[in-house]
Amino acid sequence: MAESVNDSDAESRISFGDYVVLKRGDVFKSVQVENKKKVIFEKQWFFLDNAVGQLFGTRFEIEAGGSLKLKAAKHSGDSLDSKEAGQDNRHILDDGKSQKLTRDDIETLKEQGLKGQEIVQQLIDNSTTFKDKTEFAQEKYIKKKKKNHLRYDTLAQILTLGNIHAGSKILVFETCAGLVLGSVMERMGGFGSVIQMYPGGGPTRAGMESFGFPSHFHETLHEFPLCKVNALLAGTLDLSEKDADGNRRSESSQETSGVSEERSSEPQSMEVSVDPQEEMRRVERERLREQKAQEKKVKMEEKRKKLASAAALLEGRNADGLVIASRFHPCPVLMGLLKFIAPSRPFVVYCQYREPLIECYTKLREQGGAISLRLTDSWLRHYQVLPNRTHPVLLMSGGGGYLLSGTTVAADAAKTRNQQKSEEPVAKRLKLDEISSA
Amino acid sequence: MSFAEYSEIIQEGDVVIIFLGHESMMPIKVQSGAQTQTRYGAIRHSSDLIGQRFGSKVTCSKGGWVYVLHPTPELWTVNLPHRTQILYTTDIANITLMLELKPGSVVCESGTGSGSLSHSIIRTIAPTGHLHTVEFHAQRAEKAMQEFKEHKVSHLVTVRNQDVCKDGFGITGIADAVFLDIPSPWEAITHAKSAMKRKGGRLCSFSPCIEQVQRTCEALLDHGFEEICTLEVLLRVHDVRAINLPLPDFGPEEGSADSSQMASDVSQEVAPNTGNTSVICRTATPPREMAGHTGYLTFATKPQCE
Repeated sequence: MAESVNDSDAESRISFGDYVVLKRGDVFKSVQVENKKKVIFEKQWFFLDNAVGQLFGTRFEIEAGGSLKLKAAKHSGDSLDSKEAGQDNRHILDDGKSQKLTRDDIETLKEQGLKGQEIVQQLIDNSTTFKDKTEFAQEKYIKKKKKNHLRYDTLAQILTLGNIHAGSKILVFETCAGLVLGSVMERMGGFGSVIQMYPGGGPTRAGMESFGFPSHFHETLHEFPLCKVNALLAGTLDLSEKDADGNRRSESSQETSGVSEERSSEPQSMEVSVDPQEEMRRVERERLREQKAQEKKVKMEEKRKKLASAAALLEGRNADGLVIASRFHPCPVLMGLLKFIAPSRPFVVYCQYREPLIECYTKLREQGGAISLRLTDSWLRHYQVLPNRTHPVLLMSGGGGYLLSGTTVAADAAKTRNQQKSEEPVAKRLKLDEISSA
Repeated sequence: MSFAEYSEIIQEGDVVIIFLGHESMMPIKVQSGAQTQTRYGAIRHSSDLIGQRFGSKVTCSKGGWVYVLHPTPELWTVNLPHRTQILYTTDIANITLMLELKPGSVVCESGTGSGSLSHSIIRTIAPTGHLHTVEFHAQRAEKAMQEFKEHKVSHLVTVRNQDVCKDGFGITGIADAVFLDIPSPWEAITHAKSAMKRKGGRLCSFSPCIEQVQRTCEALLDHGFEEICTLEVLLRVHDVRAINLPLPDFGPEEGSADSSQMASDVSQEVAPNTGNTSVICRTATPPREMAGHTGYLTFATKPQCE
């Protein structure tokens, strides 16, 4: 019987460097705990230093000056709201969804010593509700103007429909600041590999960082630029010793040798007339210049190696799954990246809007190679559950975006003319057989 | 093949999913020398399946063809033999996310039922986690154990035939998450709490009736659970179709020869063979009846023991 090997039951205490989630009512924000660093949350500035050493889940108060003070634990015996018998005061603070604070409630809380100051409710273990309230977390810390409003129930569907699990090789293309990527990596648990396809300059991963993965997880993460996909598919991808921009290495090495030539010649010609301090500074400058050129070389080589390793994972065209969640038109992205996926594997495409996914669906039907296509969206409804006051609270629909999911199959070598039926196997030769056997 | 790990080639003893067409699939166990009848003819396991790649097209004896798929918990959910009402992928997905399941998680579940959620949990917590599942019906417990073995995941799960309300999950202090799908979940909260780690964990209770939810929430509060939240999730499937919309005839226009002007007003594809009198629209319509209620999902957090 395999017990959990990597998760002891030791107390989880907050340390410097940890990513945590601040929570007040229904609002969440992900931050990193750093020494004497000011954080802003719900229009308040404060320092997290006093949280270090405390347990995750602790409640704090913000004092004047921005330091945190431990909030006394609530006792279940307290009854604040005298209107409804049996109602527990925890509902007022913890379950921000259930009801707005009434005037009486606010007065009662003030009596408790809040003095108009906001309370920082809890520092929670970073994974607990970060995904729970994806939408809110994104709004608070991701500063992009145009955000992909990925609701957590949609994210839940993506991860399950995509059969994301340890040991597989998953392709991800997302522009959700790394949130989808992080969620995929969490479900892979550091096993297998994730290849992040990225448009433009480089992959964005801010959201992924705040998951606080152990360092070995990062070894499973690869990246590959979209602009090199066609070259890879055609077999013309150049992985030789060049920098990523395609400049030939020899040019840059000429530069550095040119510099060193200068270096060797300069001191000789200047030796006689230059002041020794000036000379020291010159030597220092040149040393820095050479160091920088060396660092650049190392970086370029690293980049090349990364590109090569990602390319090696992709060119087998046997990835186990594909997740797309971006602001790009999904159709060309899907049609391009499906080529890297093995047969009998799931793919999931998220789009805020329905029409682009209808196009994907139509295109896949025409082209073949995919079955069980489904265009879905989900409705989510929260309930307030209180004695004699149980009712639905919120209905989220539409805003969660849409998903197109399906399963790949071996592509047909020759496509039949009647594409509509390619999904439905037809016993075409049945009649002929009956005739010939008669 | 395993339900928790992909493989490329079909082997003897594998469970595979035969895809027959739109929304029509069936699971079969691959056995050398065996045959499976389908409406397109017979599938001969030795020649058509063993050694073939998952995802291949297989031509049946009558000439029709099918696809052979690698099993996944999602495919299993829609193809498994029902012994009880089961949980479907929409609920399963949300449960998985909100219980924060991942490789290494230790999970307790009751009742096992037909194993729909069980397979999904096992897939998510593999290879280092474990599922402790309790089923009080002896035959169902037995059937579940048998299936886990066939699906090559029995090393990741322990099935116990007992009453969770009386005897708990059989373990204490090791679970990261507990899932309850039983008639009286409030009776199992104490056991759920003791099954969970000292550092806390997540709980989910699934109930079809609101009265059950109310009693469960009360019990959770009494036991010191926090972040109690009840929700319901419904999936809407859109039917993608191409529809033909006829264009109106306003009579001949001054100065123009044909009615192709109309089609361009609509900026859609003109339907072939209709002489510019109708256009094709690609759209997706929601179904007339949406998926109904499955159950309420109540989540809660057991805080760290001080």
